[in-house]
Amino acid sequence: MVGTHPVLGGRPEGLTAISLGDDEFDTRSRLVVVGNGMAGARFVEEVLERGGGEQFRITVFGDEPHGNYNRIMLSPVLAGEEHEDDIVLNSHDWYADNGVSLRAGVRADRIDTAAKLVYAADGTATPYDHLVLATGSYSFVPPMKGVRADDGGLLPGVYGFRTIDETRAMLAATGSCRRAVVMGGGLLGLEAARALQGHGLQVELVHAAPYLMNVQLDAEAGAILKKSVESLGIAVHLDVFATEVIGGDRVRGVGLADGRQLEADLLVVAAGVRPNTDIGVRSGLEVERGIVVDDQLRTDDPDIYAIGECAQHRGEVYGLVAPAWEHAVVLADVLTGTDPTAEYHGSRTATKLKVAGVDVAVMGINTPERDDDEFLVISEPKRGVHLSVVIRDDKLVGATLLGDTRKVAFLTQAFDRGAPLPEERIRLLVDLSDGAEEVGVAEMPADSQVCNCNGVSKGDICGAVAGGCGSVGEVMDRTRAGKGCGSCKSLVKQIVEWAADGELVEDPSASWYVPGIPMAKPELMAAIREQDLRSVSAVFAALAPGGQDDAKSKMGLTSLLKMLWGHDVIPEKDGEFINDRVHANIQRDGTFSVVPQMKGGVTTPAQLRKIADVAEKYEVPMVKITGGQRIDLLGVRKEDLPAMWDDLGMPSGYAYGKSFRTVKTCVGSDFCRFGLGDSTQLGIDLETRFQGIESPAKMKLAVVGCPRNCAEAYVKDVGVVAIGNGRWEVYVGGAAGASVRKGDLLATVSSTEEVLTLTGRFMQYYRENANWLERTYDFVPRLGLEKIQQVLLEDSEGIVADLDEGIQRSIDAYTDPWGQDAKEPATAGQFRPSLPLIALPKVPVR
Amino acid sequence: MSITDVTTAAPATAAGPKAHTVGMVDDVPMGEGRTFVVAGEQVAVFRLRNGSLHATQAACPHAGGPLADGLSDVNVLVCPLHQYAYRWSDGASTNGGSPIRMYPVRERDGYLVVEV
Ligand code: SRM
Ligand SMILES: Cc1cc2nc3c(=O)[nH]c(=O)nc-3n(C[C@H](O)[C@H](O)[C@H](O)COP(=O)(O)OP(=O)(O)OC[C@H]3O[C@@H](n4cnc5c(N)ncnc54)[C@H](O)[C@@H]3O)c2cc1C
Ligand code: SF4
Ligand code: FES
Repeated sequence: MVGTHPVLGGRPEGLTAISLGDDEFDTRSRLVVVGNGMAGARFVEEVLERGGGEQFRITVFGDEPHGNYNRIMLSPVLAGEEHEDDIVLNSHDWYADNGVSLRAGVRADRIDTAAKLVYAADGTATPYDHLVLATGSYSFVPPMKGVRADDGGLLPGVYGFRTIDETRAMLAATGSCRRAVVMGGGLLGLEAARALQGHGLQVELVHAAPYLMNVQLDAEAGAILKKSVESLGIAVHLDVFATEVIGGDRVRGVGLADGRQLEADLLVVAAGVRPNTDIGVRSGLEVERGIVVDDQLRTDDPDIYAIGECAQHRGEVYGLVAPAWEHAVVLADVLTGTDPTAEYHGSRTATKLKVAGVDVAVMGINTPERDDDEFLVISEPKRGVHLSVVIRDDKLVGATLLGDTRKVAFLTQAFDRGAPLPEERIRLLVDLSDGAEEVGVAEMPADSQVCNCNGVSKGDICGAVAGGCGSVGEVMDRTRAGKGCGSCKSLVKQIVEWAADGELVEDPSASWYVPGIPMAKPELMAAIREQDLRSVSAVFAALAPGGQDDAKSKMGLTSLLKMLWGHDVIPEKDGEFINDRVHANIQRDGTFSVVPQMKGGVTTPAQLRKIADVAEKYEVPMVKITGGQRIDLLGVRKEDLPAMWDDLGMPSGYAYGKSFRTVKTCVGSDFCRFGLGDSTQLGIDLETRFQGIESPAKMKLAVVGCPRNCAEAYVKDVGVVAIGNGRWEVYVGGAAGASVRKGDLLATVSSTEEVLTLTGRFMQYYRENANWLERTYDFVPRLGLEKIQQVLLEDSEGIVADLDEGIQRSIDAYTDPWGQDAKEPATAGQFRPSLPLIALPKVPVR
Repeated sequence: MSITDVTTAAPATAAGPKAHTVGMVDDVPMGEGRTFVVAGEQVAVFRLRNGSLHATQAACPHAGGPLADGLSDVNVLVCPLHQYAYRWSDGASTNGGSPIRMYPVRERDGYLVVEV
């Protein structure tokens, strides 16, 4: 095997362990930190920010070989939503640049508190004047038969979920594993379960308590959460201990206390964490559940401090990052002398489940504790919604939001800052539609907390903007808002925009059309036109830094060039995604799906017969009616594609492209007793006109014969609704996929010709102005309906004629790709199998 | 369809990898990849626009995706199924997945020679 896992945040050549040695002329006192996690590294940052680099010679011991990374983001990394490189907080270079000696990959074992020396696993003894323990926690593995291998390590296939190395190992295992058991139905267990399921594993969750998230939720909410989790396809076993790992040399199953056995080739143990206190115990410090500290984070040894999850303060041990970071700030104040009297008095905690699937937010207590506590509950088990608040003396002391977290921003403010509560308590949980505006960004008090992880207030953000930060990215870097779990990012953005009042420069790279070329779309389009760049490779050569190509930019560029040049583009297959290379959608086993065009969802007996014959001839494993009103032939071998198209004799339905897809229709005035217009014919006409048009993202249309909306026109990129007397409403920006949004009424017109013209005009405007992969449901609200109406209906920019001409050029350039490549392949081996011979799991034949 | 497996008389090092001619350079279009069977192994061969050749295992270690169908650039190859990226330099995954196996590959007189 070639290649090992790189050190996260490491230098390319590998580990750095620069030890500067003890310089007798250096008069700075020696500050040693044990633990390079979220608390330890943050503490070092806080010290440096207070000018501590002049005061201290800093050494950091980190058991993990990596730089410091955002542990919270391991869940999205496991889910494949976040790249591991993007969760690095401080790279090895950062330590070197700041004169901090990082002993990465070195474990500190013991402290000689009398001689003030730290003994480490590499045999060194490091003197200190001040010592900070930030050793965090480890995943607790409950006693189970067979869970450990002979060498004492976990059995192959068993993982904790705490470090990047464990996350990498699980990711690697997802490729070969089919069934996972997750032990623990708390936050971490749920996130792990959801992430693994996203990789296609069958996941079962085993939880010893009678309901899920029992630390944060009450029984009723827990029961609703269970249903929601189950509806995601994750099996949940409650009130039962996993007692045995079956398998011997690797995991093959998990045995439960009630005798049941679950089949599994992967077991994640997320049954809680325990503070890493060994070093404290061995060194004679006072240790209970954690290393005991006072309000200045000092242990019972006056020169040793403890922060983060390993510390126990006033009886509390925390498992969240916000308290850890508060510790870091207070201790930095104390040690650098910035505020020698700074004290920490405990944290109030709030939790959010980050991985998509079920929305949960919890803060404070979940049930009333005193006689006069107010308690308001809204429970809708069917919808998976359970909302509750606990109010004491007119202050919010707890809230639980399950299945609907729209009110989380307001409640968090109320909880953190004791903001006044509405008289009608129900307004805490739902918006009553009496026109009263929601608390907007402008009305938020300056001291209300926006980022919980980092304790950043609205005022801090405004301060950063006033202090010269000109982009959301800069504000986030300066204040750290949004740099923890990230759930506040959109609020941060809103506040920055409000505070900057139009002065904002976008994050440069955020505005680039594709990541590999530093240009926004209009600029890029102008350069392409000006320099007459007609192929993807020519664009890279002329416009990319160093002329380097970039895999992730190729699809977007190909699409843009096709729009700009129509016929005159120089095609390059290697600039296309595989779907576009072979005009079919790749499937999980490397086969493809074939969706012939079926305009407006209307077919004929002859067409159906043809499809049936072809399906038999090529042994198509599944024939399915799609959600787009046509027929999908799934599981087709790549090498069969050209012959199949030939036999079908039908044009491509473009079900694979970032392009115009379908027009769904209802039966309309021809047959339906309510029909007010011939929606079927108009749908066919629209599809005929716009077939195959490339666009920044998919465009799906529908036409319905009356507002009963049987073909869902209100939720399409363009939706057309007959309202009688020959009149049609045209809606744009609707969606009912990953986002659900009702389209905005662009215009009401009096003829089908006008519908066709307006649709084309809107499409072209979208094609020219939308970002790559930006669907109309984001594009329309981004520009605002009013602006779009002005441009398209009143010609406020004088571009209507150009738009109409532009779309016509693309319409004229249409050729059916199936007809084309079936006759003559575009490249050598275009349809050659890429995984020809090994037997992969095939989609089962139905 | 041509899957050739011609073992040539290239210097055969004692027991180690052997050189195999798998086809013509032109069988792999510029910027793309194609799969060949070499000594019983499936190998994906890529020809980048900068002229370099690379050969990798054919199936993605993540979930068996067809790597030859991926998009690539001078630094990485991206699997078409879940967009895991692999570095040409050492086969390491930049997403934390398992690395892919790389094979030495070169051109000789218009033929592709892969060592497996
Ligand atoms: C076949 C079909 C499901 C079915 O069995 O009915 C389908 C199948 C896929 N959909 Fe879909 N979608 C299908 C109708 C829909 C619909 C319903 C519709 O068109 O009215 C929607 C909601 C409408 C919308 O897009 O707003 C829909 C919203 C999505 C989304 C979410 C898009 C979004 O931004 O909200 C994705 C994911 C994406 O695009 O990134 C997606 C992605 C996919 C992909 C292409 C996943 C992929 O990248 O491989 C699936 C391909 C399966 C395959 O191998 O062929 N599909 N998909 C439907 C084909 C319709 C057709 O005839 O062309
Ligand atoms: C998957 C996951 C998701 C999470 N999600 C959230 C969330 O959404 N919100 C939230 O607030 N919190 C979340 N957390 C918890 C959060 O990550 C922790 O609260 C935080 O990391 C605590 O910081 P710490 O520095 O105390 O411990 P850690 O970050 O664990 O750092 C401790 C470090 O010390 C090192 N170390 C230990 N002993 C020694 C030794 N003897 N010598 C040298 N080094 C040593 C360890 O290797 C480790 O790198 C999550 C945690 C995980 C694992
Ligand atoms: S067809 Fe659509 S909804 Fe179904 S699994 Fe694929 S992407 Fe998801
Ligand atoms: S199979 Fe290659 S990334 Fe998933």
